[in-house]
Amino acid sequence: MSAAQGIGIGERQTLEDPQHDRGSTAPSQPGRRRLTPYLLLLPGMAWLTIFFIVPLVTLLSTSTQTRPDGAEIGVYTQTWRFANYTDTLDEYLTVFGRSFFYALIATVLALAISYPLAYAIAFKSGRWRNLLLVLVVAPFFVSFLLRTIAWKQILADQAWVADALRTVHLLGPDGRIINTAPAVVIGITYNFLPFMILPIYASLERVDPRLMEAAGDLYASALTTLRKVTIPLSLPGVVAGTLLTFIPAAGDYINSALLGNRDTTMVGNVIDSRFLRVVDYPTAAVLSVSLMLSILLLVAIYIRRSGTEELV
Amino acid sequence: MKARRWLGRNAIRIYAVVAFAYLFVPVAYTLAFSFNDSGKSNISWKGFTLDKWKNPCGAPDVCPALANSLKIGVLATLVATVLGTMIAFALARHRFRGRTATNLTIFLPMATPEVVLGASLLALFLNLGVNLGFGTIVIAHVMFCISFVVVTVKARIAGLDPRLEQAAMDLYADEWQTFRRITLPLVAPGIAAGALLAFSLSFDDFIITNFNSGAENTFPKFVWVSSLRGIPAQANVIASAMFFIALLSVLFGQAVTSRKKQKG
Amino acid sequence: MADPETGGRDLRLEHVSKRFGSFVAVDDLSLTIPSGSFFALLGPSGCGKTTTLRMVAGLEEPTDGTILIGDDDVTHARPYKRPVNTVFQSYALFPHLDIFENVAFGLRRRGSKKVTAEVEAALELVELGGMAKRKPAQLSGGQQQRVALARAIVNRPAVLLLDEPLGALDLKLRRQMQIELKRIQIEVGLTFVHVTHDQEEAMTMADTIAVMNSGRIEQMGGPTELYESPTTTFVANFLGQSNLIRATVSGSDGDDLVLEVHGQKVALPSALRNGGESDLHIGVRPEKIQLVPEGAAVEGARRNVLPGGVVSDASFTGVSTQYLVRMPWGQELMVFAQNLGTGGLLRRGTTVDLHWDPAHTFALDGRLDVNAGVDRTEGVASVPVG
Repeated sequence: MSAAQGIGIGERQTLEDPQHDRGSTAPSQPGRRRLTPYLLLLPGMAWLTIFFIVPLVTLLSTSTQTRPDGAEIGVYTQTWRFANYTDTLDEYLTVFGRSFFYALIATVLALAISYPLAYAIAFKSGRWRNLLLVLVVAPFFVSFLLRTIAWKQILADQAWVADALRTVHLLGPDGRIINTAPAVVIGITYNFLPFMILPIYASLERVDPRLMEAAGDLYASALTTLRKVTIPLSLPGVVAGTLLTFIPAAGDYINSALLGNRDTTMVGNVIDSRFLRVVDYPTAAVLSVSLMLSILLLVAIYIRRSGTEELV
Repeated sequence: MKARRWLGRNAIRIYAVVAFAYLFVPVAYTLAFSFNDSGKSNISWKGFTLDKWKNPCGAPDVCPALANSLKIGVLATLVATVLGTMIAFALARHRFRGRTATNLTIFLPMATPEVVLGASLLALFLNLGVNLGFGTIVIAHVMFCISFVVVTVKARIAGLDPRLEQAAMDLYADEWQTFRRITLPLVAPGIAAGALLAFSLSFDDFIITNFNSGAENTFPKFVWVSSLRGIPAQANVIASAMFFIALLSVLFGQAVTSRKKQKG
Repeated sequence: MADPETGGRDLRLEHVSKRFGSFVAVDDLSLTIPSGSFFALLGPSGCGKTTTLRMVAGLEEPTDGTILIGDDDVTHARPYKRPVNTVFQSYALFPHLDIFENVAFGLRRRGSKKVTAEVEAALELVELGGMAKRKPAQLSGGQQQRVALARAIVNRPAVLLLDEPLGALDLKLRRQMQIELKRIQIEVGLTFVHVTHDQEEAMTMADTIAVMNSGRIEQMGGPTELYESPTTTFVANFLGQSNLIRATVSGSDGDDLVLEVHGQKVALPSALRNGGESDLHIGVRPEKIQLVPEGAAVEGARRNVLPGGVVSDASFTGVSTQYLVRMPWGQELMVFAQNLGTGGLLRRGTTVDLHWDPAHTFALDGRLDVNAGVDRTEGVASVPVG
């Protein structure tokens, strides 16, 4: 069934029968049926509450704890010390800024790589389309740690990439790629690429090619068509893709740990080491809470902004 | 002039080829180094050998870690798929109070960085004095897989024509028979997709696992730990084998569906 | 051939209402559909006909009222507890089951012992004997429609509901299926309740038509009765096309009422007046009017005449020519002249007189909205003629 047909049927239903689109399959049997949704939700929501919501609250509570004088390492009591936040953020503000900066650059790069690729798959691939889609996902069937370690080898000082760049003098004789900020960004960009490509592809696929032809018919150049028709229509995919890339990128620490150096430390690295090695739970909690809140804030602003852009 | 026009018309295809190269270079490296005749460390090329493929369990700890990952993956997938599918049905098919809160609880884990998920769960386990190990890994994996199952299955249910279920009821099937004979078979591909997604997320997870695993080993954890001293080529063999199994099963699945379509 | 267990029972709706929030979809509807009849519920989108059907099927619960099949009150029975089956609008064939299993679905749920024989007989009836092993997606629209029909009638329901069953088919196939459906209905002798917005479809198939508007039945009767003597402007406009002209009663002459229509005297047999006091709308169907050049005489004893019209448009459609004639008071009337091969086309701008037999007039209450039911789309292939 074509999309247009589907929409037509939906419209008729709402006209004929206002209740229909709310998805009721049959008149409700009072009593038993009213309980059904709660029974269905109970186990899963209990799981998420106990192992996701409660831990977040625990984390929040840990963030204002302090170690009593003379106590063992790893023992903290609740003292409501909100200064933990100012102290920690003072110390790690640059790390925070760096995390978001890397995530932003990686997101922009991933968008630049993904949009044309998704466009090519959606409109220029003909009967190869399904195969190409599989190929987009295929690299991610390989363990992501091994892929990142592969980058470590590819970008290594003695490997061909660095050699080639030195030969054409894009890199100084002692210049290196591995253990630098660009290497970290290359790794992050690579890591979350399918999260960018797939949503963009999904929304491009839904764009009717006839709309682009119509724009051409109405005197729009190829570039104008892209700018005024194709991109606005695929915007939901772009928004979803950038979010799905940015959020994990901002919290990532594997790429920095494997491909970076001491000056490319990201928030994730600090949380990891504070929690697992230094056993400084309050600082790790402060950083986690701040990371999550700032991501949610940025996401909220971004969604709102892109929402209004769509309306204009 | 001609060359420029050709370039203009094919620019996007050339771009796509370059992008695919970027995607596949690390994969090619991983595959190539599974044939490396290396010793303990697998960093530089020492020559071609099939030895590692013949004896994938040759390096210490590789296979137990893999077995552990598979066990955790299967168990977490099973639980997450059942729980997630139930939530998806509740959200797609019922009206109830607390819908917004439910949706938020489903969305938040996907919007939370893994390091925060891992750290916060560890904080809970530490506070409760829970021993870290196999059980805590499974708990953690189920937790972050549920949301992805819900989203996948919900989309499939939403795409289902409600008239099919009405038709079944009209043809004397009661609620349970309708669910069993019509709804479930039609939603099954969505549930399968959700389960596959859950398994691949669980199998490949390192960050959350690293926080909550204690002394328990998994395949990603093994790779991480040995990356400090040099990863045995057997890890590449296993990763490559997984890659080919996944690729072939996806291609096979596509071939089956496209043949079905052609017949229709 | 009606099944003694389920056949022979009338479907009765008594004061049935359905409200969705503040929206009244069906408003105090009472209706008896005799067993074995082919009944059509006709009306525009949103008139409540589908909601009525879904209440009979058990897919919606009435807010008020009672639904009875024979003597059984099924108002609140679950859909699978009713001797009612439905042919859905887009067929709703189960995509994962083959044709045989689709048709067998209801029989299996009820634990029938002769599934194979009955399914084969039903598929034979709809002329799809060889298709049993195919999947629904492998059939054409018309074939899917027949499967949906077989899947319903194989259960021998007391009432078979058809929800716009031909809506998805193209015009030619639709005409063919209309005849087919009628044949099958006569053959199996079941009660068919058919919901449609296509007046031609309703008139072709149904013995009785109920025209619905805004949740109520406007008029109910046989196709001829509805067409020749509608009782409301809605029915007059919705079923076919009508010329409705304002008129006032000025006296009577034997069995006739004498009406004044924009200064002209027009006769109306008293029996053809459907309501109204002295202010009326008189209606004449476009094909009942004859156009003659100004002042020309017309044979036939009793004629009503409205002189002084000017042809403002003429479209040749093959079977007939459709004229628009502007009357001295500004109204445009529609006239269909059958293509009998005699006489030429009347050109635009020609002044004409309109003649018709008084017996072809109907009269409605003048307080009704002239444009009720007029706003519907209908494609008529036509060639404009100069």
